[in-house]
Amino acid sequence: MSSTRYVNSRRGRHVDSRHGVWRRVQPFVAILAVVLLIGMPLWIVVVTAGKTQGEALNPDLSLPTTWQYAENFAAVWEQGRVPAAFFGSLLVMVPAVVGVLALGSLASWVLARRGSRLMAVLYALAISGIVLPPAVVTVVLLLRQLGLAGTAIGMIGVYMGMYMSTVIFFVTGFIRTIPVELEEAARVDGAGPLRVFGRIILPLLAPVLSTATILICLYVWNDVFYAFFVVGGRLDTLPLNLFQVASAGLYLDNWHLIFAYVVLMSLPLLVVFIVAQRKIISGITSGAVK
Amino acid sequence: MRDNVRHRAAHPARYLVPAFVVLGVFFFLPTVFNFVYSLTDWSSFKSEIAFVGLQNFQDLIASGTLLSSLRITLVYAVLVALFQNLFGLLLALLLERDTRINRFARVMFFIPVVMSALAAGYVFQAILKPDGAANAVLGALVGHPVTIPWLGDTTWTLVVVALVHSWKWMGLSMLIYLAGLKTISEDVLEAARLDGASAWTTFRDIRFPLLAPALTFNVATALLGSMNGFDIVQATTGGGPARTTELLNIFIFRTFGQGLFAQATTMSLVLFVVVVALAFPVIRTLRKREEVL
Repeated sequence: MSSTRYVNSRRGRHVDSRHGVWRRVQPFVAILAVVLLIGMPLWIVVVTAGKTQGEALNPDLSLPTTWQYAENFAAVWEQGRVPAAFFGSLLVMVPAVVGVLALGSLASWVLARRGSRLMAVLYALAISGIVLPPAVVTVVLLLRQLGLAGTAIGMIGVYMGMYMSTVIFFVTGFIRTIPVELEEAARVDGAGPLRVFGRIILPLLAPVLSTATILICLYVWNDVFYAFFVVGGRLDTLPLNLFQVASAGLYLDNWHLIFAYVVLMSLPLLVVFIVAQRKIISGITSGAVK
Repeated sequence: MRDNVRHRAAHPARYLVPAFVVLGVFFFLPTVFNFVYSLTDWSSFKSEIAFVGLQNFQDLIASGTLLSSLRITLVYAVLVALFQNLFGLLLALLLERDTRINRFARVMFFIPVVMSALAAGYVFQAILKPDGAANAVLGALVGHPVTIPWLGDTTWTLVVVALVHSWKWMGLSMLIYLAGLKTISEDVLEAARLDGASAWTTFRDIRFPLLAPALTFNVATALLGSMNGFDIVQATTGGGPARTTELLNIFIFRTFGQGLFAQATTMSLVLFVVVVALAFPVIRTLRKREEVL
């Protein structure tokens, strides 16, 4: 008994000294990991985007001998129809996100507050889309029958359908933590249900809605797979046009143009992320731990 | 019990209608269509659609495509779940302390998560070319030219692409694990330290088991994300070489582009069935692990 104590305490001291070494080494390991795993790939993108076609044939870490960002950006700006793609992406993302949050929150409120068996079944149905993969081929057929094929409205509907489950899952869980008594005070004052929802519940949902907004914006803004099927060739979005530029560029070995487009299309989201990184990171983690 | 008259008036069921209409029209109806149109010969080559029974399934099984795409998708999903969680956990443990450098590093590792997966894929296609930067760096390290065909091997390219997928998403797993690590009480760790537990024992017996909720979330999202994978594989290999990285979604995209809509629908149904068959048991098993605690 006493001998194990002895061994344990010795090992404890040994661990402490190792902890001390680790504390001093850790910052260097962290920096090295960032440089190797993130810095190098990003560096290659940034320098290659400024090279001539000949120099960019094999993208590497070297600096361009002549910088030609202006020419490359101008070339992809036109070839990739960047302004049209940017506004196409916005045109789809903003209504889809606002719509899915509004309709999803309203439904979540009812699902969270009413406890019948029917509501439990409806809730299970409503959140099943988190796991189930969207039927991407037949949705095209359906949109054709609805006269929405290739339209922004069709695309918005598809994104709303895809992310409704995520919104309902997060928001219903959140509303269940809000005491009903808060609503009752307003109800006694004669406020109708829509007023109670808009005045009392909706403002309290800010944290969970901002997390959902971030995640859904990320997915919709970067989506290319579903956009291919629904609006491919009919509407410009940033990822769809990247695919176009890259398909043409790979064929001609135009890595400088591909990477110039990657830089251009990544900038808006990257700027938003860097400005709001603290909020974004805390939002995502607080939403997922529970 | 709670669903009394008062609740019903205060939370009218008609508020469910808009959300369920959107879900019904844009999500459930296409899913139902999947079951119907996989039994037809719907294609771009003729205007009418005829019922052909299980012909599409028979064709896809006979050509070996169904089983090979399915196998590739499952291997890819397992590899991504494994790598993404391993990298995410290692990064979380590395960057656990709240120092300025670590906060900076966390932001940096989150950049790929924000980037377009298609863009990330093209970047790695350039880096992993036979005469690309990866081989150049390796060549400089070993002292002679290296020409590994990272994206041209019929066996190992699937693993390489799974690594790229994990690189893209490891920042998200890292954040979830960091949040999980924060929830472990300092007292428990202090007690373990006083008992003389080594860093490894503490991790194995205390911290890792307590990370169960974060693990559930990360494994489930990694599995679902990679089963529905498309962008990264399309941008790095396009399904090649010799279709050895052709995930179900790549097959669906390719056949849809060829106008073979019924075949694409059939594969879409296969994906649906496989995800249903796998996701629920996996999530249940992981949840059970949480309950044991």
